[in-house]
Order: sequence, then structure tokens, then C-alpha cells
Amino acid sequence: MPTTEPVAAPITAGAVACAHCGLAVPAAAVAAAAPRQFCCEGCRAVWAILHEHGLERYYALRGGTAPAPAPAVDRLYAELDDAGFQGRACRPAPGGLLSTELYLEGVHCGACVWLVEKLPGLVPGVAEARLDLSRSQARVVWDPREVPLSAIARRLGSLGYVPHPCRGQAEQAARRREDRAMLARIGVAGAVAANVMAIAFALYGGMLDGMEPEFAAFFRWLSLLLTVPSLIWGGGVFFRSAWAALSVRTLGMDLPISIGLLAGFVHGTVNTVRGTGEVYFDSVTALIFLLLSGRYLQRRQQRAAGDAAELAASLYPSSARLLEDGRAREVPLETLAPGVLVEVRAGDLVPADGVIVAGRSTVDLSLLSGESAPQEVRLGERVHAGTLNVASRLEVRVERTGEETRVGRLMALVEEHARRRAPIAQLADRISGRFVAVVLTLAAVTFALWARIDPSQALDHAAALLIVTCPCALGLATPLAVSAAIGQAARAGLLIKGGDVLEKLTRPGRMWLDKTGTLTEGRAALVRWHGDEGVKPLVAAAEAHSSHPLARAFLCALGEPPAGTRVEIQETHGGGVEARADGRRLVVGSPGFVIGRAGEPPAALAVAVGVLVGEGLTPVLVALDGQVVAAAGFGDPLRGDAGAALDRVRALGWRPGILSGDDARVARAAGERLGVPAPDCRGAVTPEDKLRAVLASAGEGPVVMVGDGVNDAAALAAATVGVAVAGGAEAALTAADVFVVRPGVGRIVDLLDGAGRTMRVVRRNLIFSLGYNVIGVALAMTGVLNPLVAAILMPLSSLTVILSSYRARTFGRPTTEARR
Amino acid sequence: MSVMFVLLPVALLFAAGALVVFLWAVRAGQFDDLETPSVRILHDDD
Repeated sequence: MPTTEPVAAPITAGAVACAHCGLAVPAAAVAAAAPRQFCCEGCRAVWAILHEHGLERYYALRGGTAPAPAPAVDRLYAELDDAGFQGRACRPAPGGLLSTELYLEGVHCGACVWLVEKLPGLVPGVAEARLDLSRSQARVVWDPREVPLSAIARRLGSLGYVPHPCRGQAEQAARRREDRAMLARIGVAGAVAANVMAIAFALYGGMLDGMEPEFAAFFRWLSLLLTVPSLIWGGGVFFRSAWAALSVRTLGMDLPISIGLLAGFVHGTVNTVRGTGEVYFDSVTALIFLLLSGRYLQRRQQRAAGDAAELAASLYPSSARLLEDGRAREVPLETLAPGVLVEVRAGDLVPADGVIVAGRSTVDLSLLSGESAPQEVRLGERVHAGTLNVASRLEVRVERTGEETRVGRLMALVEEHARRRAPIAQLADRISGRFVAVVLTLAAVTFALWARIDPSQALDHAAALLIVTCPCALGLATPLAVSAAIGQAARAGLLIKGGDVLEKLTRPGRMWLDKTGTLTEGRAALVRWHGDEGVKPLVAAAEAHSSHPLARAFLCALGEPPAGTRVEIQETHGGGVEARADGRRLVVGSPGFVIGRAGEPPAALAVAVGVLVGEGLTPVLVALDGQVVAAAGFGDPLRGDAGAALDRVRALGWRPGILSGDDARVARAAGERLGVPAPDCRGAVTPEDKLRAVLASAGEGPVVMVGDGVNDAAALAAATVGVAVAGGAEAALTAADVFVVRPGVGRIVDLLDGAGRTMRVVRRNLIFSLGYNVIGVALAMTGVLNPLVAAILMPLSSLTVILSSYRARTFGRPTTEARR
Repeated sequence: MSVMFVLLPVALLFAAGALVVFLWAVRAGQFDDLETPSVRILHDDD
């Protein structure tokens, strides 16, 4: 195989491109003498693996589409070798092999398919690897006697495709079976419809030129025989659903459909046996085929959204690091029991509620409580499952696990409210009740009228009316418009889990927004600086050596320190940093810490600190050579698009409000800048408060909740429509109806606009199809309707609806927004 | 024209054959993933 040189993605001029991911290599990482440059160790490792196995073709295959830099993950995936896990998630394959499904992070193009499916060549013992690109799911078949699953997972991880075990495989298999059954039904209905139509053509020819009676009878009997399997197997879907709706005393679109289909079939059968009158078998079979196809399309679109949300949820850790005799071992989360010791490394989520027995660190609570400022934790203090350990390694004695934890109790609330929420009757279903009544009345009127004019034709005309009004277009109007819209929305980064969501969003009401991570960036950033600008490079040099979250925020704002500054630092946990840089003495830290070492600040800076505190910001003082020279304010900055988005939300008639787990002052300050009135900006709210706020607004109309954390999950589930924003917690994803792939609130506006446009398309479709029905009724009542007219009129109405649905631009142009 | 009584059932038999093949393909999972095969076909080295 020819060695292909890496194709680098376009990068900024002057910078060096990483040979693996194509991103600019940081100046510090450039090794001038090396033939290839890498931005990080992860990329270097992947390149080395590909090179060693002669797989450089990957770079040529992927072309200009660069992957994200390969994350350097040092997990062992030992939990995948756990017997309990393998019993649940793996299936035996022929020859003593095992087969399982893994979600892979970071697969995005054909080159990824190529590389993942090369796995048998990379790991001896792997028999087969097949990647499903749309689900980011790989099926791996391997020989457990030769290689453990964890080794396969480590190799996938080292290629940059971090694997995660798939959850809910049983449901997935069940859904796959259901999908296949539906496709099979469509196949049968389609084959029947095509052949009955071909036979009908002959009959129509006979209508014009005459046909010998034995041929006509033969064609009719054949059509009848063909229609039976389509009606029973394909049409059974509608009969069952109509019956189910009737038995709980509701009416659905399936009832008029069933009446039309049955009327057509019974009427045709009677006429075939009698040998006189018309038969409408071609219309009946075409109807079944079109309606089944419409349902299938709708299902697939909603499935895609559900799959993507499930994938995102699967990325949450399912393992914990159990400490035994001082050594850490990865175990499945479910096996943790109260009393055991676990290790939580920096950057890991805390797996269970417990008490810190060793180490001190900073914990990010934003997903659990909505507080944006990270909290210092030390020996003996309690940490909760679902919070993120930011700074350094902790050892935690587990107290409560699973459903007993704070997160677990919140999830119970979520489930309760998701169950309690009543489904709304969709527009088409609301119409259907009246539709059935009108159609049956009209059929009765037709029968009565023709009974006086010509009793022999009365039954024929009444049946023809029932058939021609069978709401094919009406049945397709909503599903097609909605599924086309959901498809477009998915390409624009909005994953919508149900068709009714769009309908619920058309009437404006109350919109509650979570602050941390939704309206704001969800991380601390330098937002104010008072005093000497000249010390900034020195501060950057000192903070470059600290792992504190605020130190990183300093570096983001001040840039990398100038190279060659000699720095010695001493860090005091929970206080700050003392540094000696270029011969000068620098102290950066909390006001108490700095004042204790450099004395009181000048009056102007003291006032500045007061203002910072008043705004809810975290103040940091900087002292140079024993003199306080500057004050910095840290906060969670608003997202750039938040203001414009809320203006648009208000223009559409919604009343936005803020629910924040943060301090009330911070919530009000954010509300002030976004134009949200102070009474609607609630701070320091607990997850239960959020739920109460959503329930209390239910009287004012539809309630939309937008959030990203576990603390929002119960409110998301209780709201008319819950919208989860990317980057949040698994709980939020499960509870929400809509999942926004990219962070930020700008997408909410797209969602509202798109929902409005979709419902306009639905209404247009309904008007079209009702219009066709009116024509059909008029023809049937006047007695001029015959099977040929019906065979033209009904597909025409469906075609109008199909075109109208798929031509509509509901969620913007897909080309401007890359998928995911 | 009475050849119709033979030809039409024969034609329907052909149609039934095609339907059986389609049902087999559905059962075999050939329609489960409609996206990946379109990129897999471009990898021609093995």
C-alpha cells in the first residue's frame, strides 16, 4: 500500500499543523527537528498506531474533514470485563465468540468507518467490527479466549474513538424488530397496490371499450384475493389503533381511515360476488400503502432524534474507581456499595454521595445545583454524585449510591412528572371526531336521497362517499409535515423527540430559562479588571503553574505568559498564589489572603471590590512587591447570543424568566442585562423550587423549560416542553422533549420559529386535503363518482400533501449548518 | 384472449417472488443501516 502523506486541514497562516488532527500546534509543543508536529500526546499516539500498522491511508480517505484532537484517555475499561456486565450486554456468536455493541465518541465520516472496521487487523482476537455511522455504534465480535473486551476498548480509545457500553440493548433490539415488521408490511402493501392497480387499468379500459364478462369477473376476483393480505396485515395497523382508541372512548385519525378502508373492501367484495356494480380495490390498496409509508417516515425521524439523545446520555461514565488496598480498580457503577472507598481523579464525575477521606480539591456543582462558582472541598466534607471534581485527586468513602443519592432522588421526581404529564390531542386527532360525524351524516344523506331517486344505486353511492372521504391526505398531512420538519431540525442541531412538541410550541406562554450553562457560558471567566494593567503578564506567568479553575480563567483572558519568565510559586489551597517572577514578589488570591500579606488596598480598589461583590462576582486581588495594585472580578459571563435570543423570544409573545441555582444577586444582574424583569429572575432556587415554578405557571398557558443540569431535570419533565441544552447532564437529556446539540440559547429561537412554520404547513396540508374531500363528496352525492375518478383524485390529494410537506423550509437551510 | 387466465397468475407469481426476496432482505437486516454502506463502498482496498 502506498504511503500517503497526511492531508492537513486548512489552518491559520504561520502556524504549524498537527499531523493528525490538523489543528494549529501550540508554539511550546513544536519540536523544530521532528519531521512531524503534533498538537498533543493523544494525536501523536494515534499517528504512531496508524503508522505502525500501515494505515496512513486514513488521512487520504478523510480528506479535509479533520477529526477533533484525539483525547488522551488513560482508562482501563476494566468494568467491561466484569461478568455481570458481559452477561447483560454481550451475546454469544458462533465459534465461541462474543458480540457486543459499543457507542464510539468522535466518529463522523467515511474514514472513521474504514479505520474502525480495520480493528481485526489492529487487535488480534477481534473477528469483526462493523460501524453504524448514523448511530455512532460499533458491533464488535471477538474471541474472549484471545483478548479481553477491555483491551479492545483501550485500542479504540487510543485511536480517538472513546468507547462506551450501549445501554438499553433489549429495547434497541425490540425497536429494530418493529422497524423490520413495518418495512415488511410496506413491502406487501406496495406489491399488492401495484398489482391491483395494473389489473384496475385493464378494468378501466373495459369501462371505455367494453369487456367480456368472464374477464371482468376474473380481474375482480383476482383483485379481491390480492387485497385480502394487504387489508389484514397492512390495514390491521389502523384497525387495531382505531379499536384501541375507541375502547378508551377517544377518536383518532385511524377511525375514519378504518371506516373508509372497510367500506371499500366490503362494498367491493359484495359487488364482486354479485358480479355487478363498481369495485374500489385499487384505491383501498393504494391508501394502505401510502398511509403505512407516511407512518414509517415519521417514525424514522423521531427515532433519529431519540437515538442521538440516547447516545449523548451513554457518554456519561458508567464506572467508578474502587480503592482496595491502596490500588484503584474500575468497576461498574452499579456494584458500588455504601462503605467502600473510591478514587475520584481530577476531571472525573463523583460517582456516589460520600465523605472525603483524603485530598482536597475544587468541585463544580453547576450540573447538580446550578451554582456557577466552583466550591472548595476538603477532608471530612461531603461530595455528591453528579458533581465534577475539577482540581485534584480525592478519596471518597461512599455513603449512598444509585437511587439513594441526591441525583437519584431528583431522578425519581423526574419520572413521576414525566408520567403525570397528560398527552395533548393533536390537531388532526381533534378534527377527526367531527370528521367522522360529518362523513357518516353525509353518507346517510346520500343514501336517503338516492333511495328516493333510484333505490338500486343508493348503497353504491353511499359506499363510494365513504371510500372517497377516507382521509388519506388528512392522515398524511400531519405526520409528513412534522417528520420533514423534524428531519430539517436535526440537521440544524435540534433533536426533537416527538411530533407533538412542535404543536405545543405554537401558542406562546411562559418560558423559564436556567442561567448557569444555558444563558451563560457555565464557567468562570475574568469579567472585570480594576487597577494596574501592567501586572497582567506577571499574573499570567504565576497562574500558568496553578491548577485552580480561576487560574485557568486568568490564562484564558490574559493569554499565555511570555516565554522565558522565571517563576517560583507557592500555592495556598483556598487562598491564592504567591510568586517570585523576574525578581518581583507577586501575590494573587482572595481579598483576605492578599490583604494578610500585602496590607489594605488603596481606597479606589477597596470600593471596586465592594462593587464586584455587589454584582455577585468573585473578587480577586493582585499585590506587587507588598502593595495591592489591581482587583479582578470573576463571574460566569452571559453567552454572546443570549440578549438577541431573548428579544426574539419576547417578540414571539413568550414571557421569559430566569430560574437559577446561583445567588439571587447574580440572577438579577443577568436578568437586568437581558431585559428580564426582576420579579421573574429567581435566584438560589433548588431543583424542587424550579419544579414548583414550572407547575405554578401551568395556568398561564404552555410552559417551556430550558435547562442543562440535573437540577433542571424535574422541571424539564413537568414542563409542557422541556428543552435540554448541550453540555448538560444525562438526566436533563432523558427528561427533555428537545435536545439542542450546540450550546447556547440562540437555537431556542430557531425552535420556536420552526415550530410556527411547521404548524403553518400542517394547516395548509389539512386545508388541501379537506378541499379534495369536499370535491369527492360532491362527486359521490351527485352519483358521478366511479373507481377511475377515485383512483385519480385520491393519489393526487396525497401527492399535493407530500410535495407541500417536503418543499417547505421549516428549520432553515440545512447547508448552512453542519450536522452535529 | 383466454391466455390471460394463465398469464396473469404467472405475472403475479413473479411479483410474489420479488416480494419474498424483499422480505428476506428486511429480515436479514439489510435496511437497518442506510447510511454507512454508502461510505463503506468507497473503501476499495480490501
